[in-house]
Amino acid sequence: MGRDRAIQIGFVGIASSSILVVALIFLFLFKEAAPFAKHPGLAALLDNQWIPVSFQKERFGILPLAAGTVLVTAIAMLVSVPLSALAAVYIAEVAHPLEREILKPFIELLASIPSVVLGFFGLVVLAPLIKQFFGLNTGLNALTGGLLLALMAIPTIVSVSEDAINSVPATYRNGSMALGASRMQTIWRVVVPAALPGILGAVMLGTGRVIGETMAVLMVTGNAALITANPLSPVRTMTASIAAEMGEVPFGSIHYQALFWVGIVLLLITFGLNFIARRISVRYGMMR
Amino acid sequence: MKFRGLLLGVLATALLAGLTGCGNNTGDKQQPAAGGQTRYLTIKGSDTMVHLVSEWAEAFMQKLPAADLSVTGGGSGTGIAALINNTTDICAASRSINEKEITLAAAKKIQPSEFKVAMDGIALVVNPANPISQLTVEQVKKIFTGTVNNWKQVGGPDQPILVLSRESSSGTFVFFQEHVLDKQDYSRNARSLPGTSAMIQNIATDTWTIGYVGLGYAQQAADKVKTLAIAANADQPAITPSVATINSGEYVIARPLFLYTAGEPTGLTKEFLDYALSGPGQEIVRQAGYVPLQ
Repeated sequence: MGRDRAIQIGFVGIASSSILVVALIFLFLFKEAAPFAKHPGLAALLDNQWIPVSFQKERFGILPLAAGTVLVTAIAMLVSVPLSALAAVYIAEVAHPLEREILKPFIELLASIPSVVLGFFGLVVLAPLIKQFFGLNTGLNALTGGLLLALMAIPTIVSVSEDAINSVPATYRNGSMALGASRMQTIWRVVVPAALPGILGAVMLGTGRVIGETMAVLMVTGNAALITANPLSPVRTMTASIAAEMGEVPFGSIHYQALFWVGIVLLLITFGLNFIARRISVRYGMMR
Repeated sequence: MKFRGLLLGVLATALLAGLTGCGNNTGDKQQPAAGGQTRYLTIKGSDTMVHLVSEWAEAFMQKLPAADLSVTGGGSGTGIAALINNTTDICAASRSINEKEITLAAAKKIQPSEFKVAMDGIALVVNPANPISQLTVEQVKKIFTGTVNNWKQVGGPDQPILVLSRESSSGTFVFFQEHVLDKQDYSRNARSLPGTSAMIQNIATDTWTIGYVGLGYAQQAADKVKTLAIAANADQPAITPSVATINSGEYVIARPLFLYTAGEPTGLTKEFLDYALSGPGQEIVRQAGYVPLQ
């Protein structure tokens, strides 16, 4: 019995180690960022400009960075969610088994391309295409970034949504068919609504991936810290700012602390998204 | 600045320690050498030059395994102060020593010797299809601060100017801001790029862009981008940047890089200076993206 108990405690320890890591990350972020609250004060983060290196006045407003992240993420989601959801329905419900054997691995392969490679693809192929298509002077803008990120979100959303659709019990489909519904009616009125919480969870996971992505956006969004809703204007995302500036920032300076605040805001956003995703799946899961 | 310098210094020291195979602190005077007496040299100063000086030190120690060099950053001012306080053998500086520092040094009976070892020159580059081939420093300043935003305003076609800048972490960003923009902020619409190659790539594909890169990179990419000639002001002729025009001072977006010693250099200090100014030393300057002396 004593050995069972020891093993049990061991497993609990291993299982909860990730909680410890998250707690430590939070602690570390706050520790590094804390002095900023005293000087120049947290109000400085609400500035509407991000000019971290200046001979005039350094400004550390997170707003333009957050606006950039929101715009790029919104574009990515608008493109990837409909595509991925339809693809998942097709693969799970309609596709011939042979088609499925080919489609699924290839979509999943997309997830394994390193983001810096996709970023380079964006810089050399996608940006010039966007430039030509819209008749712009440069392809470095939020739209290019959003499209590239959509490409990264698609495999995540497709494969998680497809799992959700597959986990809808066969009895639902049989029942629907038995009542005389057509195949399409069954898919859209029965199977998809039943799988909706899973699909929403997949969308949240995809959003998380898009928000946290760094290299690809750093390379193609133009990185000008503007507050704008125009997809054809350059934007600077939170992740790109951290990646670009953290390397050379004077250790312990106000700029350094400001970057940690950006990190905290980013962490809170993804934390919030995960929380919402959980709430959705729990609520709908119970209804099912 | 101070902390960054410290960090760079620690990194450089660690790098050097690793390369010489000497696991101990390079400043440790007790460390015996394998083949005879190890000789020590410390170089401190400009953050801009840390990379260049480290490259020199690395090559120098390969040539002279008995020498042990320690390179730290901290900024030109820190380096000069260290020279005056006799805590470094050589000071690297990206500006000349000023009157006040000379007075301070004289009070300690130190006569700083100045050696110009390289030049740092910035080229302004545009797409080859852009008809503009020269600008004045004032026009460049207006373009990069956002006052001028159409090529029409500087004598070109009616097209918006797309300003490309480097990330704020780049040394070139700060140099350009200080010397060309007169310490003004960059235009908010300036797109910032993570590296020189991304800069060249974008200027090569997008017609109405303008950006800045170290002269060495502009020359390497001469088939993809066009380097602008720059006039100091409207009355002066526009000068194309080259090793010759930067060394003569005709091309103005450039600065000399110095090494300082206390008094006339002797022994290992002199050997290192001679190496920096030698053919291989100047080749390292070119490889590091700076402009060698003629």
